[in-house]
Amino acid sequence: MTDPKVTQSEPAPGSTDTQLEPGQARNEVAPPSRSQQVLRDILGGSAMISVLAVVLALLAGGILIALTDKDVQAAAGYFFSRPADTFRAIWDAVAGAYVALFQGSIYNFRADDFVRGIRPLTETLKFATPLITAGLGVALAFRVGLFNIGGRGQMLVAAGAAGYIGFAVPLPPGIHLVVAVLVGMLAGAIWGGIVGLLKARTGAHEVIVTIMLNYVAFYLISYLLTQQWALQAPGSTNPKSAAMLPTAVFPKILGEQFNLHLGFIVAIAATIWFWYFINRSSMGFRFRAVGENPNAAQVAGIKVKSVYVWAMVFSGALVGLAGVNQVLGTVTSGFTATIDASIGFDAITVALLGRSRPVGVFVAGVLFGALKAGGYSMQAAQGVPIDIVLVVQSLIVLFIAAPPLVRAIFRLPVPGTAPKSRTRKLEVAK
Amino acid sequence: MKLELRGITKRFGSLVANDHIDLTVEPGEIHCLLGENGAGKSTLMNVLYGLYQADEGEILLNDEVQHFSGPGDAMNAGIGMVHQHFMLIPVFTVAENVMLGHEQTKFGGLLNLDDARAKVREISARFGFDVDPDALVEDLPVGVQQRVEIIKALSRDASVLVFDEPTAVLTPQETDELMAIMRQLKQSGTSIVFITHKLREVREVADRITVIRLGKVVGEASPTDTNEELASLMVGRAVDLMIDKGPAKPGEVALRVEGLSVIDHRNQLVVNNVSFDVREGEVLAIAGVQGNGQTELTEAIVGLQPKVTGSISLGGRSLRGLSVRQTLDAGVGFVPEDRKIDGLVAEMTIAENLMLDRSEGEPFVKAGTLQLKFRSEFAEEKVREFDIRAQGIDTHVGRLSGGNQQKVVLARELSRELRLLVAAQPTRGLDVGSIEFVHTRIVEARDAGVPVIVVSTELDEVVALADRIAVMYRGGIVGIVPGDTPREVLGLMMAGEHPDTAGEAA
Ligand SMILES: Nc1ncnc2c1ncn2[C@@H]1O[C@H](COP(=O)(O)OP(=O)(O)OP(=O)(O)O)[C@@H](O)[C@H]1O
Ligand SMILES: [Mg+2]
Repeated sequence: MTDPKVTQSEPAPGSTDTQLEPGQARNEVAPPSRSQQVLRDILGGSAMISVLAVVLALLAGGILIALTDKDVQAAAGYFFSRPADTFRAIWDAVAGAYVALFQGSIYNFRADDFVRGIRPLTETLKFATPLITAGLGVALAFRVGLFNIGGRGQMLVAAGAAGYIGFAVPLPPGIHLVVAVLVGMLAGAIWGGIVGLLKARTGAHEVIVTIMLNYVAFYLISYLLTQQWALQAPGSTNPKSAAMLPTAVFPKILGEQFNLHLGFIVAIAATIWFWYFINRSSMGFRFRAVGENPNAAQVAGIKVKSVYVWAMVFSGALVGLAGVNQVLGTVTSGFTATIDASIGFDAITVALLGRSRPVGVFVAGVLFGALKAGGYSMQAAQGVPIDIVLVVQSLIVLFIAAPPLVRAIFRLPVPGTAPKSRTRKLEVAK
Repeated sequence: MKLELRGITKRFGSLVANDHIDLTVEPGEIHCLLGENGAGKSTLMNVLYGLYQADEGEILLNDEVQHFSGPGDAMNAGIGMVHQHFMLIPVFTVAENVMLGHEQTKFGGLLNLDDARAKVREISARFGFDVDPDALVEDLPVGVQQRVEIIKALSRDASVLVFDEPTAVLTPQETDELMAIMRQLKQSGTSIVFITHKLREVREVADRITVIRLGKVVGEASPTDTNEELASLMVGRAVDLMIDKGPAKPGEVALRVEGLSVIDHRNQLVVNNVSFDVREGEVLAIAGVQGNGQTELTEAIVGLQPKVTGSISLGGRSLRGLSVRQTLDAGVGFVPEDRKIDGLVAEMTIAENLMLDRSEGEPFVKAGTLQLKFRSEFAEEKVREFDIRAQGIDTHVGRLSGGNQQKVVLARELSRELRLLVAAQPTRGLDVGSIEFVHTRIVEARDAGVPVIVVSTELDEVVALADRIAVMYRGGIVGIVPGDTPREVLGLMMAGEHPDTAGEAA
């Protein structure tokens, strides 16, 4: 057996120019990292798995509803004498809850007229709007193999920037709105871009950096909201901004009786743009190549580091759009430091459920919007705690991610992949 | 154990990968499967191993029908498989890997590693393997990793062993050792299915040979048949095993490498002060045992290695310090050694992979937008030209057979305007017909005046293509000798002997 390793380590004699520095470690770690592999597995699954995950989660949610229902508990007390009572109570509880969910999110057939009947659907779409754009942002990063957990921070800086333009910088109608939206997206893009740069330059892991920047953004915006010269409403002592000027507000698109605003059309446009970018543009092609196999991308001359930076810039801009949507569309009376409403985290679920495909994310966003809109009416009508909705959302993630996660936890190889043993490593840390 | 496959049919959509295949392997027999790339050999073995479910047909062991719903069932029934790409966990030790999947525990749920170690030692001793049960798998050379796979299969009392292209990644010595192991296994009654594209190996160990073409068994061959007979049965036409290339007409020196050293990420000097040049219209083959710095040398030329000293110039222009993009734009074509890791994006289609290194600018991109029509036409043409067997240009490359994947890489690199071609292991995993084709294309590139570097660990390939041969050993070049240097001399040089003394010794 010959030993294939070369083991001399003295520098080459006669090497003319720049001296090599054997002692100096470069920033590099093994290429296809476990997290990236997990991502690829999750996103590689079929749409069927998404649908099944939702169905399973709703079933599990039904069980929880039944277990926590007072009537069911009472009937279960004498289950053996009259079991039918228990089953009827279960049916009433679960069906009642889900019917309320439907009525609160799609169509209320108890309403007097069509306008009121359809109102829940427009509410669903309103809630869905930021989930879609933020979901697209997270999905874009996913497609490049990056976890953008920094939705909260990106949304907050975007909301702060857009909001500032919205209440403090009067501009002509039309122009005002456009400028506010663009400035907000730019802020989100910068916040995301910082992450990309840190990753490319220092090899810092984007998950850690994005989480840290969430705190930075939160305390930054909280501070600015207490400063009269910055975001705080004039003369107020509350950590809250002034209301948006009317020229900076997204106009309602279905008339005044509905809350649905132009932001939803922007979300549709963002979805179409995402489709074009990922599937038809050359930059999107490079994004996908890096996301699927950064090694081969590098060998093919694609600048992996710069792709990471740009991916986070675009991702941050899309997530920022969700923040913009919050201040200029949903809550126009002035914002606080909780304006993100944890949409940045829900967006991760939306992206996963939508498999990071544009249409998938759109549909998943609408579904989550419906859960939000319907959750309230479920609570109001049936007394089902709104937390059930959170449980359902969490279960969806669990069901989608389970097999790849289990494999990752136990470090099992994916069937058909080879362990690597090689000497060159990808330059960007994962 | 006697293995019998009856009428196995496996379809992928409209493609019939296995079409009513019958195969019988007697106990203590080495049965070779021969066939072109994409003929359906791996698919058949994956059916046998329970990774795929057959659409029709049955598997019999000792005349009993088996139903495998997964590899676990197949393993329990005594079938072991040594995959071309090993299924070992790199961060585990040998013993841990061997144990994985049927862990024995002691009192309190502790893993019984001692048993596993003893088992590894016992099997190692039986077959004369030199494997340390406590070594980490990632630190082992490929040849030894493969033995770990074999030990793993044997530790579960496999009596049918499948080897799918086990020698593609082995050095010639390792290959010889593997042959010896297979013979030993056969003596002890194990039935062996052996897939390879190297006819020399087939003739050396096979007891029986079955030839598969386009998913069907087309006949049996005898180990005493000549290479030419085997090749033509496999491909369905006569194959030239030795391409007839005319003499090179070397022009100006195009690529000049001087005092090149590379330090890798482990801070080891992997290429040590190497100098050579390649002329236009000349093939320089770089021979040597795998792992002696060839890989890093080619990567340094292409701009993939960060710590490089010395100089590299192409047509007077320095390549050192250029990015990969700039190097490719300077007209360098690069076929990386490992297609799966460095050459292809498995989840992308054939068409997408064919444009992987041309995603900036025309003709594939205009105004930042992919030119899908152009790309489809281009891909259709290349699929035809390089005989890439696939359902269509939109098939994911990961779905192709190994050889066809390699053809995608070659098609991409050979269809650019080249000023230098660097091909590492260009025919790894290819069938004889495709090797003939690729060699012809490389010689055509040479005759068109392109300087060519071919890195190969296969002496056959080196001798077939080279106008001059540089032999690498431990990061340095032992010597550069003419293309017609006798193999014995090359062999000695690959062990580090200087050409003069090697020439005398041989
Ligand atoms: N999972 C899959 N999905 C679709 N098609 C597949 C799949 N696996 C294999 N194929 C197709 O089946 C055919 C047979 O492939 P297989 O891998 O068995 O070939 P092979 O004989 O092993 O070739 P090689 O010598 O190149 O390894 C090929 O055309 C391949 O594209
Ligand atoms: Mg195969």
